[in-house]
Amino acid sequence: MPTLTMNVNGKDVTLEIEPDELLVEVLRDRLGLTGTKVGCEEGECGACTVLLDGKAVVSCLLPAMKAQGRKVETVEGLAAEGKLHPLQQAFIDCGAVQCGYCTPGMLMSAKALLDENPSPSEEEIREAISGNLCRCTGYRKIVEAIKAASSSATGG
Amino acid sequence: MWQEYLFPASVQEALEMLVSYKGEARIVAGGTDLILELKEGKRRVKALVDITRIPGLDEIELKEGMIVLGAGVTHRQAWESPLVRERAAVLAEACHAIGSPQIRNVGTIVGNVVNAQPAADAAIALTALEAELEVADLDGRRWIPIGELYEGPGRSKVDPTRQMVTAVRFPALRPGQGSAFERLAKRRALALPILNTAVVVGLEGDDRAFVEARIALGPVAPTPFRARQAEKALHSAPIGEESIAKAAEIASREAKPRTSLLRASEEYRREMIKVLVRRALRRALEEAQGR
Repeated sequence: MPTLTMNVNGKDVTLEIEPDELLVEVLRDRLGLTGTKVGCEEGECGACTVLLDGKAVVSCLLPAMKAQGRKVETVEGLAAEGKLHPLQQAFIDCGAVQCGYCTPGMLMSAKALLDENPSPSEEEIREAISGNLCRCTGYRKIVEAIKAASSSATGG
Repeated sequence: MWQEYLFPASVQEALEMLVSYKGEARIVAGGTDLILELKEGKRRVKALVDITRIPGLDEIELKEGMIVLGAGVTHRQAWESPLVRERAAVLAEACHAIGSPQIRNVGTIVGNVVNAQPAADAAIALTALEAELEVADLDGRRWIPIGELYEGPGRSKVDPTRQMVTAVRFPALRPGQGSAFERLAKRRALALPILNTAVVVGLEGDDRAFVEARIALGPVAPTPFRARQAEKALHSAPIGEESIAKAAEIASREAKPRTSLLRASEEYRREMIKVLVRRALRRALEEAQGR
């Protein structure tokens, strides 16, 4: 079995995996990081979105070996020192979570956006989450939450 | 799904890996199409040869008037490249229309061509740009025009169990030229196009007439389609709405869209070809006049 070494949420991990495991399987089944969801399993729904070297990717279509030597961020890495990430807090405050299944992916797509563009326009927000499907809230509250967490709202 | 996942350090090593598996290994770049096909059991392989860590393959360069994109260049990179935006806007726009941000972050332009879908947005743009692809195997490398690369829907002449495409190139647009991409789909992300079109136009020195036009359309034939009669009609035609409308009419007649449950009726799509071609020609003309 090949050895995979990657940095997950700031921690270096090394593990033996099957050569054809997908990143979502390694995260969920080997590392117990079940915050990343499995939805459509064909790259269409975005529930499995994680960041690879800061860029949003769908982990259901990504061979885990592609993470070799790379930095992976999942929803579990958002909260730091017991405090929610501003995006997480904004999702709660704005009522952007309904069933919650799309939320981890939404948060990661939103994080990728805000890390690169701290004060995005509404159009940029909508584009950033265009690869994430939500079947409950209808997106408006999600867009509002991302706006609320952006520096244009916080003055930062 | 596969027993080995390999990272060659050079094109030569990648090709040697392929040969050593005698047809049971395959090149992978972004994998956004291939991994899906492997998951669905549509293809079988023993080994995947991942070319995305080969140094230099992720570069976009201007060389002797040609824009050259390595096989590892993603849709995102092309969309963000100032060079591509300024001198091949049609390709930047097409790349931005593909899939979703997540797909554009990993999917590659060359993969979009090699996968040989007749509606592939980047491939339609590259068809209008008259791109060539560099195909490498253990016998050497050669440049092949994009139009000669297709065998049929989903089939390119590149054999990814023995060959790889290392780069794609096309002439950067010059002053007096302009380009644009238009697309019709059920929604703006993660929806295959009902129709797409890419156009490149060139104007005479005094901006009074077209000297050239290239119009690519998808998916209206088994492979990316060039509306050659419409292109001919624009040759030496005075610039303006009348020439544009006439060319769009001709393009709509010569294209061969089919009625498809996924993509609407032939009649609707023929009507919409006119609309999209007109829109694209207008924007390309504007760019050409401003350049």
